[in-house]
Amino acid sequence: MAALDVLVWPDERLRRISEPVDRFDDELRGFVEDLEETRQAGPSAVGIAAPQVGRHQRVVILDCSITRKPVANHGRLVLINPEILSWEGHALGREGCLSVPDYTGNVLRAERIILRAYDLAGESHEYDMNGFEARAAQHEIDHLDGRVFLDRVVSRHTDVFRRKQR
Amino acid sequence: MPESWFMLTVVGADRPGIVARLARDLFVAGAYLGEASMLRLGGNFTIMLMVRGEFTADSLRAALSVAAAELGLHLHVDAIDGDLHQHVVPDVRVHVHGADRAGIVAEVAEALVAVGFNILTLDSDVAGLHAAPIYVMQIEGRAADGIEVVEAALSPLRANGIDVRVDSVETLVG
Repeated sequence: MAALDVLVWPDERLRRISEPVDRFDDELRGFVEDLEETRQAGPSAVGIAAPQVGRHQRVVILDCSITRKPVANHGRLVLINPEILSWEGHALGREGCLSVPDYTGNVLRAERIILRAYDLAGESHEYDMNGFEARAAQHEIDHLDGRVFLDRVVSRHTDVFRRKQR
Repeated sequence: MPESWFMLTVVGADRPGIVARLARDLFVAGAYLGEASMLRLGGNFTIMLMVRGEFTADSLRAALSVAAAELGLHLHVDAIDGDLHQHVVPDVRVHVHGADRAGIVAEVAEALVAVGFNILTLDSDVAGLHAAPIYVMQIEGRAADGIEVVEAALSPLRANGIDVRVDSVETLVG
């Protein structure tokens, strides 16, 4: 296992759209081990996506069991070819990113999602995710589509305080 | 002349084009811009921005004096120890609202400082009807001794008709 180098914005490689995984083999499992070590080597991150280390495949690791205040979660997940099947509600939350050091911003995300993804054995699963875990999944899937959270930052002034027009 | 950092504060009646004019004049003066915060407060234009360049406070003020006169702006320039990347991530958010009256901010801020709460951002607004205005405030900061201590410190304020809500801020890193 080895911690990999994390690409830092504005590295153009973070803009590339990742390809689906079509081989669930030992090489993929080895890469996921390295990706996990990379996630754990830096600041306390609840997720990491393969393109953040320069591999443009649709692979995400998510673990929302480690938050300061406990949140609903499915434990540690390896999400391969994840696909959001439905969205519900929206909420504002603060996000940061291993690839965007030293900046956090408020981002509007769906509050609840139904997510389908494959595991490392190639088995398909569906997850009903709420709140923080749903936010984290959306953040990571954005990486697979060449987006970072900076693309979605909104203003606290205009999106938290919506004054009634008079 | 070595480069220096300044905090430029500009206040005036709001009108279109202020930011563009200031930014252009600063660029022409050879200034680099750092962090900035612009707000319209009660119809007034306000901006604070960090400015770096090979000039003095007086020459920076002079570079903007024509724009200030034409746009009716008040300028203030302070030399500062410029340093970017001093970001502190808040872990607690405090929402306050109640009938608008003097002293709300002082009461809340004093209760917070007494438990070691470091205020990082404070935004407030006056809403509701002219005849019955309500004060709305949101504070984010770092709670030295945890959110429960903050909650306990602020709960007595509810007896004075102030609605207070305390939430933890969990910053997602991914």
